This record gives sequence, C-alpha cells and structure tokens, in this order.
Amino acid sequence: MAEFKPVESQITADTLVVGGGIAGMTTAIETAEVGKKVILLEKNPSIGGRVATSFQYFPKLCPPTCGIEINLKRIRVSPHIRVLTLAEVESVSGTAGDYEVKIKLTPRYVNEKCTACGECEKVCEIERDNEFNYGLDKTKAIYLPHLMAYPPRYVVDPKSAGDERMKKCAEACEYGAIDLDMQPQTITAKVKALVWATGWKPYDATKIDNLGFGQYKNVITNVIMERYASKNGPTDGKIARPSDGKEITRIGFVQCAGSRDENHLPYCSAVCCLASMKQATYVREQYPEAEIHLFYIDVRSPGRMEDFYTKVQQDEKFFFHRGKVGKVTEKTDSGNIVLFAENTLTGEVVETEVDMAVLATGMVPNTVDAAPPLETELDEFGFIAPDGDKGVISAGVASRPLDVAASIQDATGAALKAINVGRRS
Amino acid sequence: MDTKVGVYICKGCDIAKSMDVDKLVEIGTSEGGAAVCKSHDILCSQEGLDLIKADIESEGINRIVVAACSVRVFPELFEFGKDTLTDRANLREQVAWCHEPNDEDTQMLAEDVIRMACAKVKVIEPPEPLIEETSKDIMVVGGGITGMTAAKNASAAGYKVTLIEKEDKLGGWATKYKKVFPKHPPYKNLEDSGYEQLIKDIEADGNITVHTSTTVEKTAGQPGKFEVALQNGSPTELTVGSIVLATGWNPYDPEKLSYLGYGISPDVVTNTQMEEMVSNGGVKRPSDGKEIESIAFIQCAGSRDQDHLPYCSSVCCRVSLKQALYVREQYPNAKIYVIYKDLRSPAQYERFYASVQEDEGIFFTKGEIAGVEKTDDGKIAVNVEETLLGEDIQVKADMVVLAAGMVPTTKVDEPEPVAEGETAEAAEGEGEAADGKKEAEGAESGAKILNLTYRQGTDLPTLKYGFPDSHFICFPYETRRTGIYAAGCVRAPMDLDQSSRDAHGAALKSIQAVESIGRGAAVHPRAGDLSYPDFFMQRCTQCKRCTEECPFGALDEDEKGNPLPNPLRCRRCGVCLGACPERIVSFKNYGVHMISEMIKAVEIPDEFEEKPRILAFVCENDAMPSVDMAGVKRMKYNSMVRIIPLRCLGSMNTVWISDALASGFDGVILIGCKKGDDYQCHFIKGSELAEYRMDNVREKLKQLVLEEERVEIHELAITDFHRVPELFDAFLETMETVGPNPYKDM
Repeated sequence: MAEFKPVESQITADTLVVGGGIAGMTTAIETAEVGKKVILLEKNPSIGGRVATSFQYFPKLCPPTCGIEINLKRIRVSPHIRVLTLAEVESVSGTAGDYEVKIKLTPRYVNEKCTACGECEKVCEIERDNEFNYGLDKTKAIYLPHLMAYPPRYVVDPKSAGDERMKKCAEACEYGAIDLDMQPQTITAKVKALVWATGWKPYDATKIDNLGFGQYKNVITNVIMERYASKNGPTDGKIARPSDGKEITRIGFVQCAGSRDENHLPYCSAVCCLASMKQATYVREQYPEAEIHLFYIDVRSPGRMEDFYTKVQQDEKFFFHRGKVGKVTEKTDSGNIVLFAENTLTGEVVETEVDMAVLATGMVPNTVDAAPPLETELDEFGFIAPDGDKGVISAGVASRPLDVAASIQDATGAALKAINVGRRS
Repeated sequence: MDTKVGVYICKGCDIAKSMDVDKLVEIGTSEGGAAVCKSHDILCSQEGLDLIKADIESEGINRIVVAACSVRVFPELFEFGKDTLTDRANLREQVAWCHEPNDEDTQMLAEDVIRMACAKVKVIEPPEPLIEETSKDIMVVGGGITGMTAAKNASAAGYKVTLIEKEDKLGGWATKYKKVFPKHPPYKNLEDSGYEQLIKDIEADGNITVHTSTTVEKTAGQPGKFEVALQNGSPTELTVGSIVLATGWNPYDPEKLSYLGYGISPDVVTNTQMEEMVSNGGVKRPSDGKEIESIAFIQCAGSRDQDHLPYCSSVCCRVSLKQALYVREQYPNAKIYVIYKDLRSPAQYERFYASVQEDEGIFFTKGEIAGVEKTDDGKIAVNVEETLLGEDIQVKADMVVLAAGMVPTTKVDEPEPVAEGETAEAAEGEGEAADGKKEAEGAESGAKILNLTYRQGTDLPTLKYGFPDSHFICFPYETRRTGIYAAGCVRAPMDLDQSSRDAHGAALKSIQAVESIGRGAAVHPRAGDLSYPDFFMQRCTQCKRCTEECPFGALDEDEKGNPLPNPLRCRRCGVCLGACPERIVSFKNYGVHMISEMIKAVEIPDEFEEKPRILAFVCENDAMPSVDMAGVKRMKYNSMVRIIPLRCLGSMNTVWISDALASGFDGVILIGCKKGDDYQCHFIKGSELAEYRMDNVREKLKQLVLEEERVEIHELAITDFHRVPELFDAFLETMETVGPNPYKDM
C-alpha cells in the first residue's frame, strides 16, 4: 500500500527491495503474497520504471501498463508491502538476517493529502523538461509523473520548490497537500535481506559520435521511439520525423549502437534486435507503405521470439541488411540521414538514405552510478556478478541484460532467495 | 447480520462543482435505501474517514458506498474490516471529469451511479474463505539442475519436498556435460555445472524425499490436496500442495536431420553425442578413431526451420563455442569451422564469443547449408550458400557436429495439438449438448507426465511447440493449472543459469500457492480474493458449459454431466457464472443477481424524453482503467452511458442483456480486452467467450424482435483511453438511428 501518513523514523520488514521497476515490483509483490513483509524503494516519484515508458512489449505487442495495472492492484490490496518513493539507500550495516539500512527520503513537496485533482498544475507558471519523455516535451513544475503514476500524487520539481511562483500552486490546492517547506528525511529500516533491482539506463548515444545522435535531429534512440509511439507520449502516439514532422517513407534501424563494441559496451544488450523489430511494427501500423531498413550483425531472437522475427520478415518492405553501420551523415537540404554500413568481411560499404534513423542503444546497469553496498561483487561492466548472496541479491537487469519476461522470472526467484537469506541467519 | 447501508458522497475534486450533491444525498436515502447518507468535502481526509468509522460503530453500518473517485485510487484507505463491505461509486473520473458540469444529463448519470452502487452493496455478502485441511508439501517432478534447484530452495524455505526422477539417479543432462559455458566474469573460462554438490545437498537434506526410477502415474484432486500416485515397481501414494514441473527436454530426433548429413557417416554427430564423446575420453573421428584435424559445427540443426523446429533453441550457439574449446584443448592445431545463420551469444556471453573468436584456428562462417556429403577421401563436405562473401563455399572436415535443438518433454507428436483459434468456434443454441469444441482451454497437450485427472487434460496446457510456457510477458509464472508451475527447459529453451533462476521462481510460486490456498485465498491474478463460486446444484441441467469453459480446469464432471467443483483450483474469474444459462453460480460478492439488481436500479426515462440509455459492461482489468484515464485526461463523452465493471468479460451472463433490454435500456455495449493468438485476457479466454456468447445474444434479440445493432462488443486495451469517447459516442449514434427500445415503457 501507499503511505497515508508521514513515514516513521524506524520501519521493519523481511525484505527490502531497491528499485521500483518491473523487477523490483515483482520481487516485492511475490514476497508479500507469500505473507512476508517487504519495503519497496524507488528513487523516482512513481514506480513502474523503464517499462512504464514503453509503448508495447514484444512479441505480443501488448501494452506494459496492462501488467502494471494488475501489479498495482496487487500492491494496493496487500497489507505487506510498503512503497516508498523518492527514496534511496544511504548506507547499510549489519549482516544477512539483520541489516540496518539508512534510507534518504527526498521531499516531494506534496503530502499524502493530495488527490491528484490537478488544480495546482493549472495555475503553475513554471515548466520543466519531462524526463519521462526523455525531455521531448515539458510538464509544469508541479506534475503527475504519468497517467498511471503510483502513488497517484503530484510532485514538485525540486529546482522550483523554492520559487516564489510556486506559492500560487499551494494556494490553489483545496486539500492543503502542497508543502513547499518539506525537508529531506532519513529513516532506518531493519530488514533481513536486500534485493537490488535497480535496472538499467540507455547507453549515452552521444558517446557513439559516428552515429550522429545529438548532431542530427532525425537520429533518435530506441527508448525515444517508445515515447513517440505511446499514446501518452509527447506526440500522442504519432511517429513523424523530429526535424519537421514529415511523414516517414524510409526509416533505418541501427542495431548494436554501442553494444558488442569494445569501445562502448562490449556485451550484447539482449533485447535490442527484438525491440527494433517491434518498433518497426509501430512504424508499419502508421505507414503501410514505408520502407524499413534494419542493419545488424546477428539477429538475436531466442526461443519462441524467433516467431516474431519470422513474422516481420513476411513484410515485403522490411529489409534486413547484414552489416555494421559505421558512419551516419545528414543531407543538409532534406534533413535526410545517410547510413553507411560495412560488410565486416568484404569491407564493402553500402549507403542507405532514410528520413530518420533509430539507434538501438544498449543497456547500462544503474549500478554503474550507484554501486550496491556490502562489497557486492560487480563485473567489469557494472552488473552484479552471480552467486553474490554474500551481499545483495540481484533481480532483473541489475545482473545482466534481460528481456522483461526473463527479468520477471529472475525477480520472482529473487523473492525466494531473499526469504531464504532471512531464514539462514 | 442485517445489512445496513451507508452512502458517503465526496464533494472534492470537482464533484460538488459539477452536480447537485444534496440531490444525490436524497437519492441515496430515498431510492438507495441507505440508513445513512452524507456528503463530505474531502472524504479521503482523516476527518472523512473518521466520519465513516463513527457511523460503523454507532449506527452499525456494514455496507458502504464511497461515492468519490475511482476504486483504483487508494482503495486501501476505505477498508473497514472484514464484516464491512465497501464499494465505490465513481463520481470523479466517470462523471465529473468527463461530462458537462451541472448539466441535467450529468446529474441523472450521477444519480444512477449512486442507485447502482446502493443496489449492489445491498445484495452482496462478505466472502467467507474456504479453509480446508491442506498440505503445504511440494512435489518437484524432474531431478535435473532445475528440479534439484527448486527442491533445494523450497526446502530451505521450510517446506517438505518430494523430488521425482524417472532415471535411476539425479542430475539430468548436467551429468553428461564435461563443462558448461561461463556465467561468471570474465565470461571466458568454461565452468563446472556444480551438479555433484547439488546432489550432495539434496541427499543430505532431511526435508527432501527423493524418488528415482519413478514416474507419476496419477495426479488427482486440487492444489493443497493433490493426491499423487507414484510408480516405481510398486505404487506409492502421497498428498502434496503444489507441483513444480521440471522435466526438461529431449534432443531433436537426429533421424530427422538427414538433410544435414546425419546418417550418411558415423562422422556426423549431434551436439549431445559430441558431449558424450568428450566425457568418455575425448574426441576422435567416430568412423576410425583417427585424430581430428578439422571439424565443422553446423548451427540451427533443426532449429529456426519451419519444417523442423521453428523456434530458436537458445543455447546451441554457445554449446558449439564450448565444444570448439574442447576440440582446441585436445587438438591445438585442428581447424574448427562454425557455420551459422546468426551467432547468438546474448548479454555477457558476448565476451565468451569474443574470446573464442581470438582463436585463429576457429573460423566462423555465416551461411545457409546447401548439403552435406561424404567425400572420396573419407571426409565430410559441407556446402554453404549465401555467405557474406556472396559466393558458395565448401568446408571439408574430418567430422561434423550438428547443433541440434531442444524439444520439451511435454511435446508429443500424436495427436496434433488443437490450434488455439479453433477452440471457441462452433456456435450452439442454448441447452444443446456440447461437442467439446468450445472449451476455453482444451486438453491440447497429449503429454503423460503428471497424468492429471482433470476433465480438461492430463498435463499443463501447452502454449506453442509443446512448451507449457506462460502466455504473459508480465507474468511468466501464470499457469492455467493452479498450483502447478513449469520451470527450466520444459517451459522454454534456456541455459543452465536461466534454468536455475527459473527454478527459484517456480519454487517461490509453488510456496505462494500452498500458503494462499491454506488461507482460502486466490492466487494470481486475483491474489488474495477470498470469494469463490457457489453452485446451486438442484437447478443444474448438466449442460456442461461451465465445465468446458473454465479456463483453469477447475470443474470436473460426474458421469451424468454434473459439475464437480474443485474450488481450490479456482481463480475467481467468474467465467462459470457467465456460462451458466440457469444462473446457478454465484460468489458472495459477485453474481448474476447482483448485476441484475444494478441494472434494474437505473432510472429509465420514457421514450418521449429522448434520453437514450446505454449499458456498458466493462472488463475491470484493462477497459475500466482505460475509461478512468479518459476521465483523468478530461475527455468528454455522452452521459447516456451507465457503466458496470465485470471481473472479466467472460463472466458476462447473457441474462443481463435481457434484463437491460427488458428494463428499457436502448442498447448494451460490451468492452473487453484483446482476443486471438496474442490475447491479453488475464483469464485466458474471457473476451473470446463473451464474443462466443454474442451468438446467443443475437438469437435472443431475434426472439424479442429487436435490432441486432442494440448489442455491440468491442476490444479496448488499457492504453486506448483516447478511443473511449469515440466508442461510446458512436454507439449512442447507432442507438439514435435504431430508435428507442420498444420495451421501454412496458
């Protein structure tokens, strides 16, 4: 359940799960449905993580929010789950079975009286970049993170909390829910086991300077494509060329943008092939005649996912090119993008001109920015190494690039690993 | 205890600004029959909650209508103990936020919303959990890495485990592998699978009973009390609460790989035969025991082939990389060729691939195999087309290894599985005997592993290619047989590391199942639901619809065709309730009568008022949130529509449509989730069953001499909130064209 009162300074549970994306949500819910107490920490104002920003899942092309809704229902009715948002682990001490965790709560500036009625937003004069849409649009400085945000409460951009103009918002609230003087708080959680489900972030595509992201408007990344396709995204679901809104006649997908590359991410990000094929279906849905060009080294669609690859290959205007894109340029007159793909064996370079290109950028574990505590062993890429139950238990992409279903399998298993760590002590 | 209704109307969030709340208070008392009806400025405030609590204590209120926001917003705030039932009347997202404020029609809508909620809470009862004496023991079938991992970890959590293995020893495929590919950093060095230690742990574990050389002859009963008969020379019987199915895989039949040269020479072997060779003294040319100078690995032998296994077997690329290293270790100078379509080494296994690529004697060639033949000099020639160089090449080697794929042990060749799409066709008139074709989930697997005594088949229904995998991305442990969870390669092709992770997940779910069932609660997706269906058997006509349509095989049948409910298998979707033409199925808090009362509670203006009325049955899982979000987005649609959420559109009983038309509704719109191969129904076939029942509905309309257009069925995904106004408004337009329901004033 959500919090309806200010959080106490000391709380207890069997398991603490860090990260409120689909993996962390799953570990928390599965733990609670065994009858164990669990605390779910999320550093953002709302849980749902990366999947909440996706339009559809491969291979079913179903909306992630469908599963999130069921999971939210499970969270709402469970007396065993406490969800703390804007919460991060500050430090951990103790040993398996008896951890003491200092949790820092960043002020939301909106308290538990908020009904999400939206009156504050109407009068708010300040805007902020909407990171949920990767900065493609803006929200007000007081905002609901997205349509299915949980908890369904507004939040104030910390950069604006001190701004005089925000007082107008506070005055517009009939419920006394806006508290611009809210202070950070540190609380202590006593738990038996720790699960790390901090997930991933997209590789910074500007680092792959030969692929033109950040230089050319019509080069975007796969995560941005999800937002364009989403009905709750910056374009209400319309996919069009970023520079001029032109309709798409030819689009390119550049696989392994950073992944499988010694200079960037030397590992495979496991989902990008299928994600690009899925995004190609978004384009096809809106543009029955558009040409789709996908450049790959190996198409990786394991297990039954092969069916999805087989299915999209039926599309006569979907062209698969074996070759690594090594250079991207822009035609200054048309804004078109030219992809130069090299056959790695023959060295032959093929040029393809498209309206826009999507870089299939890979996954970087968030543990790179915030390493887990307790001397948890990480591999050279920052993923949590296996058999690490000396420290925290990993769930989902914290340990390796996985697709959503595999992440959830892993997160379900992590619930049991945590319960057993708690029992061993 | 008598029911005593309290109605509490919130005035916040534009509600009071959009409608006459005092009038609603009056309706709650006069028509809704509420003992107490009050409004409050902010019902979700402490003061608002205290107001309700005080009435519960002083007035004995035990049925509460919270007329405020959607039930999706903080339902946990309005929980007042198990004897008090709360329902929401959604005046915010579905009235104030999506209709003209202070309009006559908005007000009428709000009044009906109150009436419906009152009608509902008056007839529902708090569910009493069905608590039976159940077992919390877990049976794991399959003693490979997956099964052993599941058993060990379930035991570690304090549960007694019975582990069944058909072979005479534990270990499964792992016992045949010299090494496994690297899951630890730096992801370069082959590793041990660790199966010996696992066997030792299992044997030393007092909570685990191992039965080797044993098969499952019969699994009867239901979760919490599965009665299992084991066979191992002599029969053994046991009772378990839940089951993990970890029976793994078989290699694809090499006899079917003759197109890749299998059978032309003993020097063409499969990857599993290669593994055996390595474990038994090393690699030699099979035909003459000669040392190997060259060897070719052919990837996707059977896999990714529409004529064989259309799926990718996921591990074979890495297995060949590993076997290439075996060869290298034994023969420092051998030439090793790997011929592949796409080299698949996901995640950090890319580093393994990269390290193998550093070996200058290992050649990777992308291409399609045109043929494999014996040459005069006793070698095997592999002809490769469509290479990257654009030319056809021939690779000659001392021996060839076919990277053959995995087939789940649940796969049976005969009889052919029934295609999913065929199950719900063949409309039948009411009361006709069933031909078994419209089963919600057919006995599509012919496997004989668990030998369930279920009406709907002997084993877990398979999804595709014989794998009993979950259809749901978000819920990989979703199972169509409550309390039975597949794990490892029987569920999908996967490597040992993923199998081990999967084993933990399945073990957790099996623990959850016994714990939930032990306290009378449902498991996913209605986790924690204490209600269960009651069958009033005296009126049963043995039509078998409920037994056929139950998506979870909860209902068996006696020889006369009477349903034999197994409530512990039940997932509370209400499909049986929707199926029953005699209306004998009900839950304490959800039933035919309840919805009928809600329908009748709506005030129907006479035809001269020109205010059509539309009834919408909406799936509460996807469509309802979508309708709510249309409200949050402040999208406007007509206020003629009255919405009733259903647990699943499959629980829609066609009598409700008759009720609605008889009470004067002009039309009924049904909104469910996506059906077909990529269905999204959390209860498998709900939307499809509703569609199937539409045939009965059309028949009924014909009998009543009403236009077919008066009932429509639609699919709406949770993300389709933008379509909500269009759906409702288009239907209203249709109703205006068709004209008023002639039964309106009768």
